[in-house]
Amino acid sequence: MNWKTFYALLSRDGHVARRNLIPTLLQNLLQPLLLTFVFGRVLTAGGMMQAGYKNVLLPGIIGISMVMSGVWAVAMPLITEFQFTKEIEDRLLAPIEIGWLAVEKVVAGMIQALVAGLVVIPSAWLAMGSGVNISLDRPFEFAGMCLLVALFAGAGGLALGCSIGQTQVGLMFSLVLAPMIMFGCTYYPWSFLKSFPGLQYVVLINPLVYANEGLRGALAPQVPHISMAIVMAALAAIDLALLAIGLKRFHGKAIG
Amino acid sequence: MGIGIRIEQLRKVYDSPPPAFSGGFSFGPSRGGPKDKKNKKDKKKKFEVVAVENISLEIRAGELFGLLGPNGAGKSTTIGVLTTRIRPTAGRAFIGDLDVWQQQVAAKRLIGVVPQRPNLDFALTAREILVFHGAYFGQSARERTKRADELIERFKLSDRADHMVRGFSGGMMQRLSIARAMMHDPEVLFLDEPSAGLDPQTRLLLWDIVRDYNSQGKTIVLTTHYMDEADTLCNRLAIIDHGKIIASGAPAELKSSIPGGYLLRIKFDRVTDGLTADLQKLPGVTEVRASGDGADIYADRGGLLIPAVVSAAQAASATLCDVHIQEPSLETLFLHHTGRSLRD
Repeated sequence: MNWKTFYALLSRDGHVARRNLIPTLLQNLLQPLLLTFVFGRVLTAGGMMQAGYKNVLLPGIIGISMVMSGVWAVAMPLITEFQFTKEIEDRLLAPIEIGWLAVEKVVAGMIQALVAGLVVIPSAWLAMGSGVNISLDRPFEFAGMCLLVALFAGAGGLALGCSIGQTQVGLMFSLVLAPMIMFGCTYYPWSFLKSFPGLQYVVLINPLVYANEGLRGALAPQVPHISMAIVMAALAAIDLALLAIGLKRFHGKAIG
Repeated sequence: MGIGIRIEQLRKVYDSPPPAFSGGFSFGPSRGGPKDKKNKKDKKKKFEVVAVENISLEIRAGELFGLLGPNGAGKSTTIGVLTTRIRPTAGRAFIGDLDVWQQQVAAKRLIGVVPQRPNLDFALTAREILVFHGAYFGQSARERTKRADELIERFKLSDRADHMVRGFSGGMMQRLSIARAMMHDPEVLFLDEPSAGLDPQTRLLLWDIVRDYNSQGKTIVLTTHYMDEADTLCNRLAIIDHGKIIASGAPAELKSSIPGGYLLRIKFDRVTDGLTADLQKLPGVTEVRASGDGADIYADRGGLLIPAVVSAAQAASATLCDVHIQEPSLETLFLHHTGRSLRD
């Protein structure tokens, strides 16, 4: 392992991310924040939703913001760079095993997911106004969840970015990401699906369920949620599986 | 000093369309297409293309070596294997003493690669591309800034150094690609079709740069389908066609190996066996190859032979339609070995 090269690759991604900071933040965070404002403030203020809904919504908003930022940060550049122009070639020729370039991409995605989380927590809190009852009493659980969610975003971005082509990006959003968000317990706790018993168990294949339920358990334990041990174990297993798939596909894409 | 290159029994078979970076690949009907049409169930095996077939090659340290051949000959695939980008199906490749596929990282430190199609990092400016490249190779901040400045100056990119490269012209991208490949001062420089699409002036600049780098004791391997480039630039070259080396040696040596040296491509309204036999008997003729309505005559003289050819044609009641005389060249050599022009 060549740390100097690894750090240089990470610096390159950091440099590009800083250059695109404002558009990236707007792209990833504006929609969740608008959703927060409408569901968490307008509808609760008007009495359509109970005030307690704010505590259900905030962890979900943090979850999808982190996941979407991390997935986009890794997948979109990879899709472009592996296309016809082969922009990634220069980095594939850097003196480091190419698997580490994939790991570097995942780390860069994790950092972007964590930054998105850091930005969205206070912003969403502000957008909801008063009545948010979120606690940071479980800092280790919260930190652990944040890392697992960030790793899910980075590794998921790697697997996705190495599996689809540029022409399929729109389809990926409608067929993969949109159902994942809707059935990912983002806007409701998992226990609310008990009226749909089949669906309640089918959605368990969706990693976002564990991400959102785990963040809910760490930040708003008063809201019903899946046990933290199960959530963390499941998410860790999914993260490792996605990382393994992503690395394999990356090798397949990188070497002719 | 200097690093040599060795390729042993290299073979590459693609079972899916080759990657974009092998660039020059084309699917000739002679090699592409389904291999096992009868076995319909075996869909996965349908696509099989032999790009390189048992190539062995030795390039000496400090040599300027050329791989000459038409599109799809296997040049880019050979370069791809040597630069860790394409995994060989069989055989071994060495940069110095390093087995490229066993010691990839160490091999990558020794090489610089200029691809056929510029693959510049579009998210960065020209200067950043060089500086980050230096950083990947562990250069200190001061070292890489200094080196990037020198290369920007030398490759005449100063005006646009701090612009994003997306808007660069083809020639500028090519110059920047070469500058980037030289950034970490590699011992071996690979250039895949470096002058494709360049204007004559930029081409000359490129040749100067390549010669200058070579004069520092660096080994250079370039692929080209331009005869003049191979002829003027290379110390030695290998001519590749259909994944095989058909001839190798110094350009002068190769040219002198053409029977007779001159090639007269003659077209008649019809060619008979008698005419071919008569042509073979003409003074100075070493070989005659009849093809369709024409004949390729290899001889030790060019224009001087025409009157005799006309007489032979008249004697055989054939009419001369077209005459093309080629002086000894690599083009003639390629024709001699393959029966095809490099541009076919």
